[in-house]
Amino acid sequence: MAEPAPILEMTGIGKQFPGVRALDGVDLRLRPGEVHALMGENGAGKSTLIKVLTGVHAADAGTVTLAGRQVAFAGPQEAQRAGISTVYQEVNLCANLSVAENVLIGREPRRFGRIQWGAMRRRAAELLSRLELDVDVTAPLADYSLAIQQMVAIARAVDVEARVLILDEPTSSLDAGEVAQLFRVMRRLKDRGLAILFVSHFLDQVYEIADRMTILRNGRLVGEYRTSELSQRALVGKMIGRELAELERLEDRPPARTTGTLLQAEGVGRAGAIEPFSLTIREGEVVGLAGLLGSGRTELARLLFGADHATSGTLKVDGRPVHLRTPHAAMNHKIAFCSEDRKADGLIPDLTVRENIVLALQAMRGWTRPVPRQQQEELVGRYVKALRISPPDPDVPVRTLSGGNQQKVLLARWLILEPRLLILDEPTRGIDVGAKAEIQRLVAELSDGGMAVLFVSAELEEVLRLSHKVGVLRDRRLIDELPNDAALTTEVLMETIASGGGAVPGSGRHDRGDGGRS
Amino acid sequence: MTRRLLWPLLVLALLLALNVAVNPAFLAVQIKDGHLYGSLVDILRFGAPLILVSLGMTLVIATGGIDLSVGSVVAISGALACLQISQDAGVFTAVAVALALSLALGVWNGFLIAGVGIQPIIATLILMVAGRGLAQLVTDGQIITVNSPSYKLIGGGYLLAVPFSVLLVLAVLAVTAFLTRRLALGMLIESVGGNAEASRLAGIRSRGIVVTVYAFAALCAGIAGLMISSNVSSADGNNAGLWIELDAILAVVIGGTSLAGGRFSLGGTVLGALIIQTLTTTVYSIGVPPETTLLFKALVVAAVCLIQSPAFRAKVFRRRGRPAAEPAPEKKAEVPA
Repeated sequence: MAEPAPILEMTGIGKQFPGVRALDGVDLRLRPGEVHALMGENGAGKSTLIKVLTGVHAADAGTVTLAGRQVAFAGPQEAQRAGISTVYQEVNLCANLSVAENVLIGREPRRFGRIQWGAMRRRAAELLSRLELDVDVTAPLADYSLAIQQMVAIARAVDVEARVLILDEPTSSLDAGEVAQLFRVMRRLKDRGLAILFVSHFLDQVYEIADRMTILRNGRLVGEYRTSELSQRALVGKMIGRELAELERLEDRPPARTTGTLLQAEGVGRAGAIEPFSLTIREGEVVGLAGLLGSGRTELARLLFGADHATSGTLKVDGRPVHLRTPHAAMNHKIAFCSEDRKADGLIPDLTVRENIVLALQAMRGWTRPVPRQQQEELVGRYVKALRISPPDPDVPVRTLSGGNQQKVLLARWLILEPRLLILDEPTRGIDVGAKAEIQRLVAELSDGGMAVLFVSAELEEVLRLSHKVGVLRDRRLIDELPNDAALTTEVLMETIASGGGAVPGSGRHDRGDGGRS
Repeated sequence: MTRRLLWPLLVLALLLALNVAVNPAFLAVQIKDGHLYGSLVDILRFGAPLILVSLGMTLVIATGGIDLSVGSVVAISGALACLQISQDAGVFTAVAVALALSLALGVWNGFLIAGVGIQPIIATLILMVAGRGLAQLVTDGQIITVNSPSYKLIGGGYLLAVPFSVLLVLAVLAVTAFLTRRLALGMLIESVGGNAEASRLAGIRSRGIVVTVYAFAALCAGIAGLMISSNVSSADGNNAGLWIELDAILAVVIGGTSLAGGRFSLGGTVLGALIIQTLTTTVYSIGVPPETTLLFKALVVAAVCLIQSPAFRAKVFRRRGRPAAEPAPEKKAEVPA
């Protein structure tokens, strides 16, 4: 099969942000009539690459050629005029306007400055019918599902003589039927000779639709592969990479001194977030959750803390069913949750380190019973010292601290509550190696002291190092639960993630939580 | 903290200095008939209702909300108290009933916002508009005049030579400071205003906090309503407390509390309210023509807000900072201009 010449070529792209090298020598080639997937873990540089391509960021190094001519766009509009259209993850349409207005916004057919509504409706209907969409173009966009909205966004993007269409995580909020509909539209566009760049965290979808893929890791190019020539397992391996053991190894973890079942989830799930799962956490046990980004790790953790309501299933603490309707309720059962996004869901930036640390304790006591100043000083002093929070001044606003220290402040907030179950969602993301090792050591110590820990991390090495058992998630499902013994390695984990767990007959490693670990 | 109060303090000092320049006896305080007398005392006395309303508004704004209904609550509270007194109820009963209704109105606001989830500006707009009507209903569209010396004490009387209203403000200020700074209410308010989702995940039940601050704001407005009606011995459902919500919001902002919520400063708010009241006094004392009064006020307020903005200061002082590095007085000359 003769390969068509690439319509778009990016070569040696480099981009430096203050303190971070976001892209380094990345190549990307898109061919007409092909769907090309851009793969990589969170922070691998996918978004930055797209932004460089569409002119949001200027590249520091490298060249972009479109149909043989070297180009450098000053902004998305310019890129769009040249035929590169983008549909972003969040549908950026105006839900209160009609479908027709959304499709043609900014390009309304006019005569003497007046919009010709009739012509506009006809044009919009024609564009949508080309995508096999039958919608009433006069209805407000908000009347339609997210999938339709997504396709309206695509219709708008491809109207302008598009040659390249970029779809940034278009499927993240669609259900299976809607995804199928979107894929039909994508195939149609592909047949019209468009080059489509597809970004998704769902491996199955990538394998279903993409002809070729480019893999990035840590801002570097791993390679370009034909989808048919790369197994899912190899893909996961290439995305995650082998993190070299730059951290000292923790000694072999002693088996969990499990005295009893602490928390039991039976068929707990939340529609649209995570499918019903069952999970048992025992006292003193570290349960790791592994899976790619968007696999439902955070969603699972949030249900156990009452941050979101479960729509099905029952949750038991100490064998008694509980309703965790709010975080406050979960905290009454001594469950604590360190959220993944410490800026949005964790710290109060303007409050001081001291105030941030005592916040949860104060919330439990209510405002009428302040934590005595002396007790505050003592608690804060102890944890500032124990976690080596720097600067060790509890009265500076927490926003002035570095990421790792902010993480420690958040951790301290929950530790002073002396929880029985501590849920840590990506506690080591974005912090330096030293702080990372400290937090890992802390988790080990806490569990040795009898605290149960649910440890969510994208880094498999880390999950393996700390956990007594590992829950594996994929596509918003808890697909497997593996005891962490000598046989469990990152390879096994990767294979489980890639293959979809239970689908592997050979693995035979199903631990259904019946008694202790082997 | 002190640095944040620096600019409002400076503005207040400037306004006072301006008055002294026009009238050298401006700062004089004397005792007549066993009462304190003088322009400064008047500023405090007439500014008392605004300070009260602003204190309540501070907590509301710190949670990231706003309360437009306080002016109406002022009118309702005064009207109800005067109605009761005119119907021969005891002053104590009248005050209690008026404050209880104010509190209930505040809880209503809080319920709409925290319970139903209406945006604060809309939720309180309902009571802002409806409340005027309610006040008119209470007064039957008339101005109720009362003649009760003990009711007169609240807004127009003196205790130990000091205006009673000033003592009342000090008491409310002390209670507010106690609730927010000695108890933990202040920290939780700042937390909710600073990051509502993070606060929820830290286990803070923000509904209770939100209802509390709106109830508190309405209570403050209720007391202010008593003061205003007591001072003139009458209740005017139409004009009592008219636009006081806007002055209060302004006082809070001048005091350095961000409209986006988060950190708040009670001292700053008191200063802000005093600046607004002093400005009103200044307009009369330096003889600004009545038809330009509002424009004059607007200009001063705009200047105050600009001076407080670090971004604005950086811009202005950087631009003229380099050439004007040696002749420092030039910088000072620019402030009143």
